[in-house]
Amino acid sequence: MSTMAPPMPFTADRGATLAPNSYVDVPYEEKLRLWEEVKSDDRFPDYLYGCYDCGICVAACPSAKYYDFSPRKIAQAAAREDVELIYEQMNDDVWNCSQCFSCNRCPRQNSPGGLITLLREVSVKNGLASAKDALEGYGRVVYKIMTTGTQISPDMLQPDAFPDWGPDVEKTSDNLDLWRRALPPETLHTTETSWVVSDETLIELYLIWLHSDVMDIIKEADEGLHMIILDVMEETLEDAGYEV
Amino acid sequence: MSTEPTFIPLDAIRRAPVPDPANAPTEDIRELLFDLEDAGELIVQRVPEPYVEVMTKYGRMKKIPLDKTWHHKSCGQCGHIPGYSTSIFWLNRQFGMSYDDPTDQTSCTAWNYYASATSNAVAQAAVASRNFAAAYATGFYPMIHCGTSYGHYKETRAELVHHPELRRKVRDIMAKLNKPLIVPEEIVHYSEWIHVMRDKIAERQVRDFSSITASIHPACHYYKLVTEDAIYDPDIYGGQRTATVTGLVEAVGSTVGDYSTFFDCCGFGFRHILVQRDFSRSFATQRKIEIMKEEANPDVVITHDTGCVTTLDKSQFAAKAHQRNVGVPVLSDAQFAALAMGAHPYRVVQLHWHATDYTALLEKMGIDWEQSWAEFESDLKRIESGEIEYLSWEDADA
Repeated sequence: MSTMAPPMPFTADRGATLAPNSYVDVPYEEKLRLWEEVKSDDRFPDYLYGCYDCGICVAACPSAKYYDFSPRKIAQAAAREDVELIYEQMNDDVWNCSQCFSCNRCPRQNSPGGLITLLREVSVKNGLASAKDALEGYGRVVYKIMTTGTQISPDMLQPDAFPDWGPDVEKTSDNLDLWRRALPPETLHTTETSWVVSDETLIELYLIWLHSDVMDIIKEADEGLHMIILDVMEETLEDAGYEV
Repeated sequence: MSTEPTFIPLDAIRRAPVPDPANAPTEDIRELLFDLEDAGELIVQRVPEPYVEVMTKYGRMKKIPLDKTWHHKSCGQCGHIPGYSTSIFWLNRQFGMSYDDPTDQTSCTAWNYYASATSNAVAQAAVASRNFAAAYATGFYPMIHCGTSYGHYKETRAELVHHPELRRKVRDIMAKLNKPLIVPEEIVHYSEWIHVMRDKIAERQVRDFSSITASIHPACHYYKLVTEDAIYDPDIYGGQRTATVTGLVEAVGSTVGDYSTFFDCCGFGFRHILVQRDFSRSFATQRKIEIMKEEANPDVVITHDTGCVTTLDKSQFAAKAHQRNVGVPVLSDAQFAALAMGAHPYRVVQLHWHATDYTALLEKMGIDWEQSWAEFESDLKRIESGEIEYLSWEDADA
C-alpha cells in the first residue's frame, strides 16, 4: 500500500469496519509515524504472516465475546497496512484484549495478541490520550512492580479495592500480618511485597529500568508517577554509591 | 434441537496419531541456544540430573529436573493465594528434594507488561536474564511457579535467540550488573514437575479422592504461548490437549469432569482483573464455572496458574449474589496433590485465603475442616502470644 497519499476518511478499503474515521483531526502523517514505529519493532515480523480471514482467532478470543473487539480485524488492518484503521484500533480496541494469546491458534501462525502488545507499547510510549485513560487507576500497580520488584502485595487486599470478592477480603485484611506470619516459607512473611526481595536485587532491577528506556515510557504515560518512581530509585541507588 | 454438549467426544480424539518430532512445524530452540553458546554469545544452564524426559506437543522430549531447583516465585501466588506456593515447597520437602527459595529474585514483571505495556522487549529480557543469572550463580535450576512467567520467559528466550541486536543490548545491561547472559536449557513450570512426580504422589497418597470429580482449567500462558514446549501425552486426551494437571488428577484416582469450554481462558485479562473486573467476573462465571456446573458438576476446579486460581475462585462471590449457578472451589494442582498426601488444609494449603466455599470438598476428602481450623487458630494464638514468631515447617506437619 502506498504511504504517499492518505486515503479518504471513509473508503471501501476500510471494509473491515465500514465505520467513519473518528480521528480526522489527527494528521495522516502522525498516524503513519506511529505505524512505522510498530513495524520497526524486531518482533513485528514474528507476529504477522498474512491472514486467511478464517476467524479462528475470533472464535478463540474471550474479549470478542464481551466487547466489540476482533483480533481478526487487528491482523487484517496490519496486513493491509490500513494506517487510518490501525490508528482507530490503537485508540479504541487494543485495551480490550485479554492478552491470553488464545488467538495464537491462527493457522498462519499470526499472533494478533502479540501485535496488540506492540500497538499498546507504541500508544503508551507516545502518550496517546486513550492509553492514559486505559492506565488510569493502574499507577499504583506500576509503582509497586517497579519499586519493589513484586507486583501483587498482600496489603493490596483491601475491601474497598475488591468489594466484589466478598467479605473474606476484609477478614484477610484485618488479619494480614498474623496470617502472613503463619506461612511456613520464610520468604513470605511480608505484607508490602509478595516475598522478601534483597536490597542488592532491587538495585539491579533499578539499573535495568534506567538502562532500558523504561523510565522514558513511564514519563510519557504519567509524569507524576515517573517523578515518584525516580525519587525512590535515586535515593536507593545513591545510598548504594551509584551516580544517577 | 439437542441440548447435549457439542464438544468432540474423548473417544474420537484418542485416535489421533503420536506426533513425529522430525515433522515438527517449529524449530527446536534448544539447538539454536547451543549454537549461540558455541559462538560465545551466552551460557546455557543445563538441566541437572536427576531429571525425567517427557513428550511435548510435537513429539520432542523435554527434561524436567527433579532436584536442586531454584524456585522462581509468583507475585499473585505469594501475595494473595500463598497456600499455592507453600504447597509447592511442601511437596518438594516431602520427597526430600533440595531447593532454593531465593530473595535474589524479582517478579518477571510480565503481568504488568501484558496489562499496561509500560515496558519493552529489552527490559523484559533483562529482567528474565537477571533472574536466570541469579539462579545460575546458586547452581540450582529455575523452576517457574507462574504460568505467565513461564510463557513470557519462553517468548523472551525465542526473542533472544532470533534477534542479535536485542541480545547485544541485554548483554550490555547484564555487564553493568556484572552478570553473564544466561539462558536455561529448558524453561520448566512447576506443574511439569508435579506431572512427572504424579505416580510418586499417588504412592504417598493418604486420602481417598476416588469420589471427587475435578474439572481442569489449563492455563493459557502455559500452553498457548510457545505451544511446542507444553507437555502432551498420547495416553491423556489422546495427546490432543496438554497433559499437565489432568495427569495428576487421574493419578490420584479422581474423575476428570470434562466440559465444552476447556480451551477458553479464565477471564483474567491482566489489566481487567485489576481495573476492569466486570469482564473477568462475567467470563469466569458464564464461560467457565457455569458451563462446568451444567456439563460436569465438579466438586472442584483444578488449574495450574496464579491468575486462573484467582479469577475462577474470586469471581464467584458476585455471581452467587445474583443467584447464578456457581459455587465450585478452585485449587491449584499443587494444593490438590498436597491434600492427597495429607497436608494440613490451613497450615500448608492455606485455604482461608480462598473465597469460594471449599468445606464440602474437604468433607468429601475425609477432612474434618472444623478441627483443622481449630488447630490453625491455636497456631495463630501461639504467634499472637509471642510463644512462636512464625509458623515453621515442623509446625505445619505437627
